[in-house]
Amino acid sequence: MTVATQPQTARIPVKGGARRPRRVRRLFGRLLPLGPALLLLAIFFAGPLIWSVYTAFTNMALSGSASTQFTGLENFRRMFSDPAFVKSLELTVLFVIGSAVIGQNLLGMLLALILRGRNAIVRTIVNGVVIGAWVVPEVVAGFAWYAFLYKTGTLNSLLHHIGLSQDWLYSMPMLAVILANTWRGTAFSMLVYSAALSDVPPELLEAAAVDGASSWKRLRYVTVPLIRRSIVSNLMLITLQTLASFGLIYVMTGGGPGNASSTTPLYMYQEAFQFYQLGYGTAMALVLLVLGALFSLIYLRLIKLEDS
Amino acid sequence: MSSAASGITSPKKGPAALASYAVILVLFLAFLLPFVWMILSSIETGSGLNATPTWHFTLANFKAIMNVATVYQPMLNSLILSGGTAALTVVCASLAAYPLSRFHMRFGRSFLYTILFATGLPITAVMVPVYSLYARFNLVDSEPATVLFMTASSLPFAIWMTKNFMDGVPVSLEEAAWTDGANWLQSLWRIVLPLMAPGICVVFIFTFVMQWGNFFVPFILLLTPDKQPASVTIYTFFSQYGEVAYGQLAAFSIIYTAPVVALYGVLSKFLGGAFNLTGAVKG
Repeated sequence: MTVATQPQTARIPVKGGARRPRRVRRLFGRLLPLGPALLLLAIFFAGPLIWSVYTAFTNMALSGSASTQFTGLENFRRMFSDPAFVKSLELTVLFVIGSAVIGQNLLGMLLALILRGRNAIVRTIVNGVVIGAWVVPEVVAGFAWYAFLYKTGTLNSLLHHIGLSQDWLYSMPMLAVILANTWRGTAFSMLVYSAALSDVPPELLEAAAVDGASSWKRLRYVTVPLIRRSIVSNLMLITLQTLASFGLIYVMTGGGPGNASSTTPLYMYQEAFQFYQLGYGTAMALVLLVLGALFSLIYLRLIKLEDS
Repeated sequence: MSSAASGITSPKKGPAALASYAVILVLFLAFLLPFVWMILSSIETGSGLNATPTWHFTLANFKAIMNVATVYQPMLNSLILSGGTAALTVVCASLAAYPLSRFHMRFGRSFLYTILFATGLPITAVMVPVYSLYARFNLVDSEPATVLFMTASSLPFAIWMTKNFMDGVPVSLEEAAWTDGANWLQSLWRIVLPLMAPGICVVFIFTFVMQWGNFFVPFILLLTPDKQPASVTIYTFFSQYGEVAYGQLAAFSIIYTAPVVALYGVLSKFLGGAFNLTGAVKG
């Protein structure tokens, strides 16, 4: 190994520039451990991403790559004049806002707040069930919700007495998958907010209470501004995760009935892997990535506004 | 946990506390209910989607699926895929975290932020190009190639976690080794890794649990039923026999979920509560 072995303190800044070969060799030696990870990320992650940018502008189909032609913006033109795709995009946004931004985020916050300082047994039991929903593999979560909402399932036998029972997966498939995803993901937001809340200094809240601030005002003007960075990182992570959600919806409704719950990942799967339109599917994947970036930009913007 | 500090819901006596306990109870039941079917119908005779308990308990459903084709082979495949991915991820992430944690490098911070950003990239969106890449190089339906992709997709978060754990090992402990002429590999292997063994376990278990539940990646990349992990075969089982054998599906779900729940228990032991895992997200 070419790493310098002289007794040196570790935190020597590596200066840029290659004035002497020895320095270059040392820098190379220090970067060597990054190699395997970078190689894997480049081949299996960055590579396909860059490849996807190219593929999105071709008419690539699975049948044979020989006939692949560069078609420019054709895929994108086709996409936005395809009513099924536009609908899938709307459903995706609805799914993200309904289940991540509102469902998981607010419910996670509520649970974190309401469980603070409760009896340890209550906390353990409630945490256990909420985290249980998060730990269960998504396919199993899909089965559980399918059975829960089925015609003769648990929910309907409970609602039977007040005459509200119906086939939820047909009458309101989007609400069904939004509830299921909220159920599954709330634990993550709850854990993030519990950790963030434990860093809020008690004195500040006490002082606000002495000044006569109501609990709502203490939450709005003391707690939330103090944990806003956690809120933004949490929103960003759960948004990106929800945007890509496939298995849960696929198991519960398969995108149906018709395409009533076919979010962009499901529609993309159908076009790319069932109709073998790889180029078209990849173009959709790019749109999905752009949508994720847009959401992230909005969140980062919000934190900037709050800072100034 | 300071108890008086909770802002909106400080545990005071009286109607306010009662109301919060009522809310807690409602939320608890709402989170519990979807599990009820799975547990009940796995041990009942009249298996169907009906929620009404029959109160005839039996292990017949478990017995019916306990054979090589239905449970053992897919579970073994899951173990190989998730275990292989977790092991490879831990090795690559520990190596990569070392320079990121030990040396101040000009691009170190921006590299870390890129890594964190990659953590959030929707895997679903990458799958179509990955599939066409694999199809071109004849890698579809290959288990090692699937493990490599799963490793690459777990690496960003694993590097991020490992780097944070490694930062907790003081550099001063390594200086003595350097004085004795140890190189970085020896110092990493003999000093740093043993000191952060719990952190390494956390990264391993976390990656394992994530990949155990991974449905989309093996669903796309593995085609032969003999190679598919439980996450995929349980779905195939559902679409083929779901209507007729719900009790067996429920039993299969429980067997498939059990290892993950057990590992999560171990994980939270290591972390002393689940808070530290998400502590990395606090920003």
